Amino acid sequence: MIRFDSVSKEYPDGTVAVGGLEMTAPTGKITVLVGPSGCGKTTSLRMINRMIEPTSGRIWIDDRDTTTMDAAELRRGIGYVIQQAGLFPHRTVAANIATVPMLLGWDRKKARARALELLERVGLPTSFADRYPSQLSGGQQQRVGVARALAADPPVMLMDEPFSAVDPVVRDQLQDEFLRLQGDLGKTIVFVTHDIDEAIKLGDQVAVLRVGGKLAQIAEPARLLGHPVDDFVADFVGRDRGYRGLGFQRAPKLPLAAETTARLGDSAEQVRAAAGTEPWTLVVDEGRRPLGWVNTEQVAGTVSSEVLHRGGTVASTNGTLRNLLDAALSSPARRGVVVDEDGTFAGTVLAHQVLDAIESERAAAAAAQPAGSAAR
Amino acid sequence: MNLVLTWLTDPAHWAGEDGVPHRILEHLTYSAVALVIAAIIAIPLGLYVGHTGRGKFLVVNVAGAARAIPSLGLLFIMVLLLGPRLSGDAAFVVPCLVVLAVLAVPPILAGAYAGVEEVDASARDAAKGMGMRGLQVLLEVELPCALPLIFSGLRSATLQVVATATIAATVGLGGLGRLLIDGLAVRDFGQMAAGAVLVAALALAVDLIFALVQRYAVSAGLTGRRTASRRSRPKASADSTLITIS
Ligand SMILES: Nc1ncnc2c1ncn2[C@@H]1O[C@H](COP(=O)(O)OP(=O)(O)OP(=O)(O)O)[C@@H](O)[C@H]1O
Ligand SMILES: [Mg+2]
Repeated sequence: MIRFDSVSKEYPDGTVAVGGLEMTAPTGKITVLVGPSGCGKTTSLRMINRMIEPTSGRIWIDDRDTTTMDAAELRRGIGYVIQQAGLFPHRTVAANIATVPMLLGWDRKKARARALELLERVGLPTSFADRYPSQLSGGQQQRVGVARALAADPPVMLMDEPFSAVDPVVRDQLQDEFLRLQGDLGKTIVFVTHDIDEAIKLGDQVAVLRVGGKLAQIAEPARLLGHPVDDFVADFVGRDRGYRGLGFQRAPKLPLAAETTARLGDSAEQVRAAAGTEPWTLVVDEGRRPLGWVNTEQVAGTVSSEVLHRGGTVASTNGTLRNLLDAALSSPARRGVVVDEDGTFAGTVLAHQVLDAIESERAAAAAAQPAGSAAR
Repeated sequence: MNLVLTWLTDPAHWAGEDGVPHRILEHLTYSAVALVIAAIIAIPLGLYVGHTGRGKFLVVNVAGAARAIPSLGLLFIMVLLLGPRLSGDAAFVVPCLVVLAVLAVPPILAGAYAGVEEVDASARDAAKGMGMRGLQVLLEVELPCALPLIFSGLRSATLQVVATATIAATVGLGGLGRLLIDGLAVRDFGQMAAGAVLVAALALAVDLIFALVQRYAVSAGLTGRRTASRRSRPKASADSTLITIS
């Protein structure tokens, strides 16, 4: 647990970057600091490992006051990941990862073995071990940065916009892997971003800061989207928050409709005969995993992968209401494809069914929570 | 050109106290001692200034001003100042070394300072953030990353010092400058030209040695030379490095 106890930072030029911050980052959870540029996120983060010294207040890690500890020792026990990765250009990937273990006096062999293990952990081939950072892509460098921070298995990790310098596709991938990794490791993480979507996706709890380093709201993502405390937070969490909030609600069991399905290589006549008047037919593979929709009226010859309509998203039976609604809305047949956990086709839903489910969930929630107590 | 060849191929010029090998040895000794003194002063100072950011002003201005000092003038002043306090050869050798060292300090200082200054700020931040102490950051990150510029400072100082060490002869000392001074006295242009050629050749040879040392000292991660593993070092010719740094 990391606890900010009325922590303030005033820079020598008089800028108050953080003003009386009171906040707790619980053990084993991801706490995201988010807010507009210059609101003091980086300053708050860097005060935890004393890269910046607070002007007043204290920061506790578990029951230790960080100001009483030797700064270098403190930092060796805290993973630190920054935006530009900050890899050492003169050291190989393995040597970079082994930095903290070597500082802690591990022997070379053990440190290298650990480095190789971590390379795999963050999804890089161990053949990268003897490369130099300049031979890696931005996304790969960032992975090495994460591996390096994890090397000595610190219980606490600080991450300052670690994924913001890579393109959106890679970012998404890195975020997913990061969540998977955290699922295994359960570190106490403080994560800084200016991207509210990233905050909502990654955070177990999200702290929204306003300029001057004041805490506007700290809450679980769903709560933040559903119940912003004021206009500032509401504005900051942005548009579509009703829709995005669905991303935190597990889909209830809905009645799924069966579909006539076709296979690649089926002839157009076969497909038309099976479909009757229905203009779209779902194509599945040998394992009954959905491949896409085919337009029954337009298909000629045989069903090939070129004629498949792939625009529709696929929801999982244990996915969220947002996944389900999106599957229905994106399907050319207007029927959203739902699959089982193993990816096999389970059935389809219509948008109005999902909306009905949303309605009844909300009605149930309102009944459980009397009016007036909704704000907190 | 013929005069030079004739002079250089005359075996009489290659033997004894005034022979070419002995002159080269003297020349190299003055240069090496001056460079070592300059490096001992300038490298730590440059690293310190780069690391702490203190005294940037000093480095930029003093280094600039020192470059403008005329070597020959400084040599005569030094001989006048220091000469009477020293005895024997030292009366001339010490002033000469001082002048050469003064000449060598600015490029080495600027190289060491700029090398550390230009280290990627995020690498430095990460080093500190992972728990390296000040000296560890300097020795394990800043110094290795600064090596290319430290070498380039050393090499440009070396070229200057080797070329300028000819002034030793003007105060009666040895070195390749003797060929120039003595040649001038007897109007032996072959000897003078041969002296100039030898100085240039020596400077290039020393630079080549530095280039080789640099290849081994500087991490391939900084030069981008090596691609995969430690063993697959390509055999690029050393002269490619020689041209890149003046
Ligand atoms: N060394 C410094 N000296 C003076 N002011 C500073 C210093 N570092 C940061 N500040 C100021 O403190 C405030 C908070 O800065 P900080 O870097 O913590 O913001 P941030 O929330 O991380 O912003 P961003 O999203 O742009 O990274 C800003 O107004 C900034 O200008
Ligand atoms: Mg920041």
